[in-house]
Amino acid sequence: MSLKRIDLLICCGSGCISAGSLKIKERFQEVLAEKGISNEVNIIETGCMGPCDYGPVMVVYPEGVFYKSVKPEDVEEIVTEHFLKGRPVQRLMLKEEERVVPSKKEIPFYRKQVKVALANCGFINPESLEEYIATGGYEALGTVLTTMNPQQVIDVVKASGLRGRGGGGFPTHMKWQLVHDIESDQKYIICNGDEGDPGAFMDRSVLEGDPHRVIEGMMIGAYAIGATKGFFYIRAEYPLAIKRIRNALKQAKEAGLMGENIFGSNFSFEAEVRTGAGAFVCGEETALIQSIQGERGNPTPKPPYPAVKGLWNKPTVVNNVETFANIPTIFLRGADWFASMGTETSKGTKVFALTGDVNNTGLVEVPMGITLRELIFDVGGGIANGHEFKAVQLGGPSGGCLTREHLDVPVDYETLKERGAMMGSGGVIVMNDQKCMVNVAKFFIGFCVDESCGKCSPCRIGLKHMYNILDRITKGEGKEGDIEELQQLGETISRLSLCGLGQTAPNPVLSTIRYFREEYESHIRDHSCQTKVCPDLFHLMIDKERCIGCSLCARKCPVSCISGSREEKYTISQTECIKCGNCQDVCPVKAIDRIPGMHPDVLNRLKEKQNIIIEE
Amino acid sequence: MKTLADLKKIREKAQEEMKLRDGKVRIKIVVGMGTSGIAMGAREVMKTFLEEISNRNLTDVIVTQTGEKGLSSMEPLVDVIEEGKPKVTYGNMTPEKARRVVAEHIVNGRVVSDYVVSTGD
Repeated sequence: MSLKRIDLLICCGSGCISAGSLKIKERFQEVLAEKGISNEVNIIETGCMGPCDYGPVMVVYPEGVFYKSVKPEDVEEIVTEHFLKGRPVQRLMLKEEERVVPSKKEIPFYRKQVKVALANCGFINPESLEEYIATGGYEALGTVLTTMNPQQVIDVVKASGLRGRGGGGFPTHMKWQLVHDIESDQKYIICNGDEGDPGAFMDRSVLEGDPHRVIEGMMIGAYAIGATKGFFYIRAEYPLAIKRIRNALKQAKEAGLMGENIFGSNFSFEAEVRTGAGAFVCGEETALIQSIQGERGNPTPKPPYPAVKGLWNKPTVVNNVETFANIPTIFLRGADWFASMGTETSKGTKVFALTGDVNNTGLVEVPMGITLRELIFDVGGGIANGHEFKAVQLGGPSGGCLTREHLDVPVDYETLKERGAMMGSGGVIVMNDQKCMVNVAKFFIGFCVDESCGKCSPCRIGLKHMYNILDRITKGEGKEGDIEELQQLGETISRLSLCGLGQTAPNPVLSTIRYFREEYESHIRDHSCQTKVCPDLFHLMIDKERCIGCSLCARKCPVSCISGSREEKYTISQTECIKCGNCQDVCPVKAIDRIPGMHPDVLNRLKEKQNIIIEE
Repeated sequence: MKTLADLKKIREKAQEEMKLRDGKVRIKIVVGMGTSGIAMGAREVMKTFLEEISNRNLTDVIVTQTGEKGLSSMEPLVDVIEEGKPKVTYGNMTPEKARRVVAEHIVNGRVVSDYVVSTGD
């Protein structure tokens, strides 16, 4: 007999798990057992709810009360006050302008969001097939298999305007149509879950939070193109996603939703998981195919496209996780409904992983065409710690940055591309005014240098060369002409590289030069990093007016370059200082400042060194 | 599972398990569980409601709880809130009375006027 009166949904996305949600779940089980109400509360582990910054988060139904940053010691209070007496614990609820937000749906973070791919994420138990079915799961597949032919399926996807969510934005129906039209004894369908952009976790969250949705989307695609075999390619760094997809595949097989003659039709299908070994380039479809075949994950030239000669030389469709996750809803609610959201060329919604210097970091899904301002300031809650917005990097290491002047541009495939950024898979890294753009560009190029597979020389050699130039600039050794050389190299690498990695890798440099050229110039000409990030291009000074001569800084300096006395106060020997910042941290009166620009002593030494090199 | 009808059967059963989350319910029974309510036996009353609803397989009714309602002398207090109708508050509830409220009010739609403390907001 079910006496359940409370559904307690605990977010068990990777973010909340690392914040301790599993411990909280155990604590709830203990406390509920102590109070003798275990049979009245249903504890459900869900996928990512989105607002990762507040983790561990949980929602209590039927009221829909949202709790944030819950600690094991808070559990008892929640049980005795809320579950037993019906008084939600206000101190753990979200506050907005001194007002406690009563339920999850009223939280500003959720207000502008429209959930399609994430509809069930954080709402159902991802390890329960029944809960997915309760939300309408597998109904789209059943309807498709029993009432439509493959061409009709492709036509619906075409009418919906769905485009690939993995980066390039290639229309999904075109990929499907190509493979559908080719005669072959065997075709394959692959789900690309090799998400590798720094700061991106959209695919992981969907795979972890709603695995059956991705499987259903893949099966509809398989039926449309005539594939009988599917592969989930998921990177090994996502163990939970792999576990949940494997579990979901097993459940689907046991329930007869996968296997022979599904829903009594003549469509048979099976799928398995293949794990990546952590190479970023394997997110590129030809490299991914090589990897599944057991080869080294190197891209191959296109054409031939995978649609013609893919996995084991058979026609193959590779779609992104989020693309598949949209498919079931398109069939349940209609292509017109999906196409009613978004802009002229970009339909539907897009999942973004909001990270960086923004208040509400986390996972969000918004209609295409939303402005960056709405995304960052309304959904994201603005810039954290009272700083100013400076730039936003869209599309990870393949994308570019946009600035304050672009805040009102709509987010869609074409507009972003025109402005030098790209949709990418949906990583949004927000940067405040404390960030040095040269350093940011160096970080992304460094990432691509590490991840380049080395097959083609523009990418292997060219990117390394770009990195070396950037490294010099950030060390104060930049010279006239460096910016132009970076631009020329970048354009050449983009044009000549074999695959998407090399073709897009220079974007962060090109876009930061485009919008923040003066920062590059001040690094090169003035030997100065205005944001005081590059250690060689700022210096630390002790203000003698404020210094109380306590000697703490001198004692904590790891290179012993601070000297002085109580009477004379303290000074830093600039040529020895390594800019570790220890002295700033320990100074009790905050008398130590970072000053942009190289100290004259250090600059003279650098010039001497350069002269010696020239004379040699 | 071989047909859409099979799928529908599973869906309906699973939806019943998840009704607390969708917010689509016909009747909400709110038990006052402040300190005085609990002291007067509100937990037993709530348990009875849960049992009765489960026994009768009422899929569109949920039981929830609230804090002190102010009318301590009439505890345990229970509100029955039905979409489009004035709220009915019952007082001095006991498990036996709860069973009668389920049988007459929740199932048959007749307010048990003997126990009513107030109606409307």
